Amino acid sequence: MTNNLQLNSEGKLKHFLTIDGLDKGLLTEILDTAESFVGMSDQQIKKVPLLRGKTIVNLFFENSTRTRTTFELAAKRLSADVISISIATSSTAKGESLLDTIRNLEAMFVDMFVVRHSISGAAHFIAQHTAPHISVINAGDGQHAHPTQAMLDLFTIRQYKKDFSKLRVAIIGDILHSRVARSEIQALNAVGVAEVRVIAPKTLLPAHVETLGVTVCHNLTEGLKDIDVIIMLRLQKERMASALLPSENEYFKCFGLTEDKLAIAKPDAIVMHPGPINRGVEIDSKVADGPQSVILRQVSNGIAIRMAIMAMAMQKQGASE
Amino acid sequence: MKPSIHIKHGRIIDPANGIDRVGCVYVVDGKIAALDQPPDGFSADEIIDAHDHIVCPGFIDLSTRLREPGQSRKATIASETQAAASAGITTMCVHPDTIPVIDTPAVAELIKDLAEKADYPQVYPIAALTQKLEGTELSSMLALKQAGCIAVGNANQPVKNLLVLRRAMEYAASHNLLVMFRPNDFWLGNNGCVHEGAISTRYGLPSIPEAAETIAVAQCLELVELTGCRVHFGQLSCKRSVIKIHQAKKYGLNITADVAIHQLHLTENDMAAFDSAYHVLPPLRTETDKNYLRQSLASGTLNSICSDHQPHDIDAKLGAFPETEPGMSSLETLLPLMLRLINQQTLSLSQGIAALSTHPAAILGLNSGALTVGFAADICVFDPNLSWQVNNTNWRSMGTNTPFWGLTFKGRVTHTLQAGKFIYRLS
Repeated sequence: MTNNLQLNSEGKLKHFLTIDGLDKGLLTEILDTAESFVGMSDQQIKKVPLLRGKTIVNLFFENSTRTRTTFELAAKRLSADVISISIATSSTAKGESLLDTIRNLEAMFVDMFVVRHSISGAAHFIAQHTAPHISVINAGDGQHAHPTQAMLDLFTIRQYKKDFSKLRVAIIGDILHSRVARSEIQALNAVGVAEVRVIAPKTLLPAHVETLGVTVCHNLTEGLKDIDVIIMLRLQKERMASALLPSENEYFKCFGLTEDKLAIAKPDAIVMHPGPINRGVEIDSKVADGPQSVILRQVSNGIAIRMAIMAMAMQKQGASE
Repeated sequence: MKPSIHIKHGRIIDPANGIDRVGCVYVVDGKIAALDQPPDGFSADEIIDAHDHIVCPGFIDLSTRLREPGQSRKATIASETQAAASAGITTMCVHPDTIPVIDTPAVAELIKDLAEKADYPQVYPIAALTQKLEGTELSSMLALKQAGCIAVGNANQPVKNLLVLRRAMEYAASHNLLVMFRPNDFWLGNNGCVHEGAISTRYGLPSIPEAAETIAVAQCLELVELTGCRVHFGQLSCKRSVIKIHQAKKYGLNITADVAIHQLHLTENDMAAFDSAYHVLPPLRTETDKNYLRQSLASGTLNSICSDHQPHDIDAKLGAFPETEPGMSSLETLLPLMLRLINQQTLSLSQGIAALSTHPAAILGLNSGALTVGFAADICVFDPNLSWQVNNTNWRSMGTNTPFWGLTFKGRVTHTLQAGKFIYRLS
């Protein structure tokens, strides 16, 4: 399903909605483009004129600090005019449909929407119904996809590990509800890592998770053996109320990443987390702030990756439809 | 006096009477007067040349929604019964989830009045099993039966409390009412919108496991045994449910079951790019389920096919997939999709027609669904080879929410007679 929607007739990026269906070549192009933006942040003038005169609207139907800020900075560094709108209370509650919200903004001559929404498929829906000249970047939709997070993680991994094909990557925690996990798994498999391993109790794994191309493990101690990259996922507090887990305490005991557990992985393993971190729930502070943690590097990389994706999506000539 | 009609030289297929031959049907005064040889003194007011056509009982659809009262922006009784007539349907049952719910005789009577005024197929309301479909208090089933309701059911709303379900079934049995049951465990259903499997996992969509259906089937079967209530299981979607139905039938329980036509053709894999046209409940399941449902129809474990028609306005389907309303507009694709099963050698033509007429008539206890002399002349004449496209010109339902939009189908109704009256002719 899905995938031709995000490429134009020449196979160039038009929308960026999901990793699903994108090939290694395109993902590598994104990483290489991001590379060229990395040095910029240290310069006096942190701007390039690539998107001068373009209007970008960050449309956040769900709260976010990190993602929204890095998208906003990325747009500004590309010299675009950017507006961020938080529609924390759902538009339907106000009586306006998602489509009407989009149509209204379109009428203000927008060139790109960056969308975060709590419902899976919302970014696809907007891309399908928006005017042909507008690009849509998915900044996270429900439990479906968070493709820019996956790309910045891939980018971070590449900075520390040279050869994807030898890597064993563990994703630990609430896979079931995680759009980050879905996109990470697709991205890691697309670039051809040796293994993606998911480690979680059955209650936090989706049905038939192995169909995503992962190995499954329910035990952290066993699961961390031979691992090069550890990606921790945030555990939402509401999971306890819906009978998915007994307590934060028990979760930390079983699946929390501590120094002891980390020692089971390869000695040069890196520790990643898409944030925000729940210290003492999924990760111990000593690990989060420790020498193997690259969590803050991920955040910085978020800007370069988002610049790359925005620039590439706006390059397209001629719409796909 | 209704016209005398001579339907000439069609291939008559009447599964109830074991007929499959080329011949003539004679209709006098709204009733089937004779087959093959004209009755004494017959003089035709109208002759239909049915050469190369199939002449069969009018179709009986056990599961439809006409949206009136309450949602006439989606569809009306007039629009949908007209669409049904064009699809060869002569009798249709409507679920009680109208607004207001069919839990008072007034609503049942209103629906019957509007249907009578529209003057297309016969419409039978299904009364709510519980008041407001809330699953807590019994509806006035006897009064509703007297107002013309043909069965009772709780539409898509699960009765969460099994004690209430037990009592509702006991009470329905006391009044010899059929219970139409759509199995769906509320808790396991968990507000899902797609089958729990590879697709739900890949797209991060809220999912409904098979167990949400199979557990509800198992519980209801136990209550059938306990209460002696006659239950018809509607719109089954998975293999394991049908296995349970098969076992229960073998054991001797008085139950029947149907499947929605789209479940025999589509699977979760057909759902393209979060396309809300594929959003149905129960959800589209796997290839294994689809194939098993087909086999079970051929073997008779599943008795009948329904359209599960649910027309929607455009807005209902415009949104991110989980936020759209479930259901397809499916009256008009019922026959061509049934004929596909024949072409794919899943069913014989006679079995397919029986699943749309003979068996649903038996389930409802109606004297119809057959071309028996003396029965009301509910007849469908169709050309199995006539192609038509699903488009604005040919489509009659107000709901255009079908995943088959734009497709060309083979098999088109040319005449529909309801009690000897033409309710449709292809122009």
